[in-house]
Amino acid sequence: MKEKVENLKKEITEKVKEVISLKELNDLKVEYLGKKGPINELSSMMRDLSVDEKKEFGRVLNEVKTEVGNLFDTARKELEEKELNEKLEREKIDITLPSSKVHVGSTHPITKVIEEIEDLFVSMGYDVVEGPEIEEDLYNFEKLNLPKGHPARDAQDSFYITEEMLLRTQTSPVQARTMDANLEKTPIRVICPGKVYRRDDDDATHSHQFTQIEGLVVGENISLSHLKGTLEEVAKKLFGEDREVRFRPSFFPFTEPSLEVDVSCFKCGGSGCSICKGTGWIEILGSGMVHPNVLRGCGYDPEKYTGFAFGMGPERIAMLKYGIHDIRNFYIDDLRFLEDFNRVEGSEE
Amino acid sequence: MRLSKDFLSDYIDLSNISYSDLADKMVFAGNEYESIGKLCNATGLVVGYVETCENHPESDHLHICNVNLGSETVQILCGAPNVKAGEKVIVATVGAELPGGTIKKAKLAGMESHGMICSLAELGLESKYLKEEDSAGIHILDDDAPVGEDALHYLGLDDEIIDFELTADRADLLSVIGMAYEVGAIYDKKVTLPEIHLHETKENINDIMKLEVKTENCSIYLGKIVRNVTIKESPKFIKNRLMASGIRPINNVVDISNYVMLEYGQPLHFFDKDRLGDEVIVRMSSNEETLTTLDGKERTLKDTDIVIANANVPVALAGVMGGLETEIEKDTKNIFIEAAIFEPTHIRYTSKAILRSEASSRYEKGVDPYRTLLALNRACELLELYAGGEVSSGVLTHDTTNKEDKKIEVPLEKVQSVLGMPITKEDVCEILPRLGFSYEIKYNTFEVSVPTRRLDVNIKEDVIAEIGKIYGYNKVVGTLPIDKIRKGTYSKKAKLERVIRKQLTALGLNQVITYSLVSEEDIEKFVSSEKDSVILNSPMSEDRKIMRKSLIPSLLHVYEYNIARNRKDISIFETGSIYYKEKETYKEDFTLSGLMSGVYEENTWQGNKMNVDFYLVKGIIENLLGFLGLTNRYQFDTENLVKELHPGMSARILIDREVVGFIGRVHPSVCKQEVYVFELNLQKVLDLKVKPIKFKEIPKFPSVKKDVAFIVKKEITSKEIEEVIKKAGSRILTNIDVFDVYEGENVKEDEKSIAYALTFSDPNKTLNDEEVTVIFEKIIDEVTSKLPAELRNK
Repeated sequence: MKEKVENLKKEITEKVKEVISLKELNDLKVEYLGKKGPINELSSMMRDLSVDEKKEFGRVLNEVKTEVGNLFDTARKELEEKELNEKLEREKIDITLPSSKVHVGSTHPITKVIEEIEDLFVSMGYDVVEGPEIEEDLYNFEKLNLPKGHPARDAQDSFYITEEMLLRTQTSPVQARTMDANLEKTPIRVICPGKVYRRDDDDATHSHQFTQIEGLVVGENISLSHLKGTLEEVAKKLFGEDREVRFRPSFFPFTEPSLEVDVSCFKCGGSGCSICKGTGWIEILGSGMVHPNVLRGCGYDPEKYTGFAFGMGPERIAMLKYGIHDIRNFYIDDLRFLEDFNRVEGSEE
Repeated sequence: MRLSKDFLSDYIDLSNISYSDLADKMVFAGNEYESIGKLCNATGLVVGYVETCENHPESDHLHICNVNLGSETVQILCGAPNVKAGEKVIVATVGAELPGGTIKKAKLAGMESHGMICSLAELGLESKYLKEEDSAGIHILDDDAPVGEDALHYLGLDDEIIDFELTADRADLLSVIGMAYEVGAIYDKKVTLPEIHLHETKENINDIMKLEVKTENCSIYLGKIVRNVTIKESPKFIKNRLMASGIRPINNVVDISNYVMLEYGQPLHFFDKDRLGDEVIVRMSSNEETLTTLDGKERTLKDTDIVIANANVPVALAGVMGGLETEIEKDTKNIFIEAAIFEPTHIRYTSKAILRSEASSRYEKGVDPYRTLLALNRACELLELYAGGEVSSGVLTHDTTNKEDKKIEVPLEKVQSVLGMPITKEDVCEILPRLGFSYEIKYNTFEVSVPTRRLDVNIKEDVIAEIGKIYGYNKVVGTLPIDKIRKGTYSKKAKLERVIRKQLTALGLNQVITYSLVSEEDIEKFVSSEKDSVILNSPMSEDRKIMRKSLIPSLLHVYEYNIARNRKDISIFETGSIYYKEKETYKEDFTLSGLMSGVYEENTWQGNKMNVDFYLVKGIIENLLGFLGLTNRYQFDTENLVKELHPGMSARILIDREVVGFIGRVHPSVCKQEVYVFELNLQKVLDLKVKPIKFKEIPKFPSVKKDVAFIVKKEITSKEIEEVIKKAGSRILTNIDVFDVYEGENVKEDEKSIAYALTFSDPNKTLNDEEVTVIFEKIIDEVTSKLPAELRNK
């Protein structure tokens, strides 16, 4: 009897070893451990044994049952793992095939520049303010020390709607409006982004519509030194930490002194290259100390208050920053152009 | 303003100053230049002496010349008809650079040629300075020309020129003397003015002529007579200096008038005295008066024009252009010289209508009254010297000008506080005299005397700017302003614009910016309610004429541009203003518009794609409005649709029952392709109050889902069915979703089937079947009884 059991165990062990699939294993399990299987058959033969024999044989049979059960369990685990691995192998894909296109739209480069500048100034305690694009001659020119017939009006040939209304030629009228609207005549720190219009034929460097960002600070003891310090922050933010700025005297009717501002070339660092036309410096904006006539005209006492103002062109900054050569690109909106700006800014290093 | 070095060096010592250094230093004094160069940029030109000149045996026009160049004699072939032995000529030696190219050793008709004999036209002078004979043949030099020397130097054509782009305030720099003062201030050098010597005759102008100034627009009018002038060519230095300054030499008399204007910045006008008569009247023109100007055109004058008239008629448009009748001609003998100052704004209007001349551009910016008499006398002196004129004594005079220095008080403390630089009292004491400003000091305040030539310096800030310029703005050290710390703020509009931009780009739309000015053809398109247009009074072109009332026509142009470049899938948006007039006020409404067409998302090789259709664009709008916190406050309807939209595929957008925009497919008559657009009036969105975010408990009890389908007439909208369902569903119906819309087989032609997935839940307990079934059946009853709808059998 015992011998029979041992032989059966051997036989099962051999067969399980040869099994190659879960189905075969199941079939085998049914064959040997099923109701009509040899193990059950042996159990049923126990009826004919003596009590002692029963005891002994039962123990042996249970042992075998457990061993065979373990045998099947181990084999099943191995086979399951094998089959899973085979399934994973079959499911393997070519990861080099193209992706599904997930589109995120791009932000217009002019917006990028404007927002970058807005963020910088808001972080320095400035308010972003806006003004109308259809503007009164009074604010666009007269309050800015540009009376009718002033020769400097020539530089800003305008689109008039009526004798007194025009499309603003600059964002500077927002300066005058902000000072006018501040009834307590308290200090001011604002920047004013927006669209402006001039009678220029559109070509690579001229556009009848473009954007400007005006900055205005009015307070007691505001000096050129503060203007320079502020513009140094702008230059570093837009063109990199190592940038320097320099002043060149100029003329704007609404500032005195008036200064053009150059930034050291971000490409060559000042040694001279094609971008800075060999000078090491790039003109980026106009600025100056607010003209006393402008302060006075807006209700600020020029003996008590001084201020600085500056105006820059996001188009020009974007052209420099991104190497764009034709201003019309900003308004044609070729999607291939726009999509080039669909990413974070980087640095040269 | 083109500044000749030769001219300038009459007034200031430039011997140790290079012209390029001067140009750069001027930039840092606020005077930018456009170019720097020479009157003639050619090199390698020497004076040659033609020793022999024979005809070439094998050519019908070439001459074989032996030309002595001083150090050597070379053979040069020359084709000019006027080349002769014994003449002195200009030779471009081998290696010379001419505008036409580099001169090389050459073989012409078998003979060697070592250089070229030049005409004036070949030296690179601007063509407007050339006479016909200057290009017809070679230029023959005078006998005194030194053989072997630099020919350009001998001709005075080697003058250096800086072409300045002056700022509008610096009227004083429109004269060589004014430039001399500026250069003197920069280099700390003295300016020497010309000394004028006249030999006047006994005749006094005041005995002969009468002057009457009838307008306030002429502050000074001075006149003198010069008799018996001989009209001929000007001396070389005058011609060269005029050319260097950009003015074409004509004859000695005309040239002198221009020369003095360049020198002093005071425009002069020369009349033929005999044709002018004895009376000069300065007055405003009366309407409909006519004058033939010296360009031969008859002009009808306006009452804003200042005219010079004689006893009978206008003879000149003051400060802008002379009259033909009294112009200087070849036979003119006696001259009346006018030196005057006219009111800038009137000159500006007149010259804008007629011609902007050297004279008018100076008058527009302002002229120094101190120099008017000086310039008049200087012109007389030059006419004496170079036209053989005889100057009558006396000056015909009308003068209301103030020629006193301007006194401006400038506190030292103000200089320091404005410039933000450590400028000392000593610095200011050193700088003011360099500028030609004298001063006195009282208690640290400078009382500065500013000469009349500085029309641009009138207040202390102007003086401070001048001090800063000489001290050097490069010495400013940047600091940030110190103020109470406060936080900066974005405007409401800037905030909304950013939110929209971020959300729409995240949804795959590209931001574009287009022009605000549009054509008449586009102006009324996609305009949802009638508005008065804002029209330019003199547009530059038909395309840019009116301020837009919708952004969509511009977006369609962007679409067409990109489609033409094979870009099929286009999703774009723009935020910007639309403009209109309401009663008498101009309105600018902040607006969002979008355009979508083609494929929204796809994977080509897998064959997955999502096309843009009405429901996608609707989804974009709903997503945006949801993001703006407006869920449950917006709706769509189909009243009063914009006529450029497909009438069956468009809708109005309402928020809080107010129309704020529209959405739809572009009408096929406007655009053949399947293009969808939307517009939202953000001006209205800006003012909406949005509730703060509040967390709602996540339901703890399971929900029950039930599906139901109805067959309805096609005209019945899903919204109508949903409304009935919602009402019947009571509070336990928490969500309604459409999962199928079917038309076709098994459904009648005028009907459709719509299937809804309904979700029931109760926040307080698990719903039992019975409760749900009661409500579900009520829903079916209500829909089928209140609407022409039937329950669809499975």
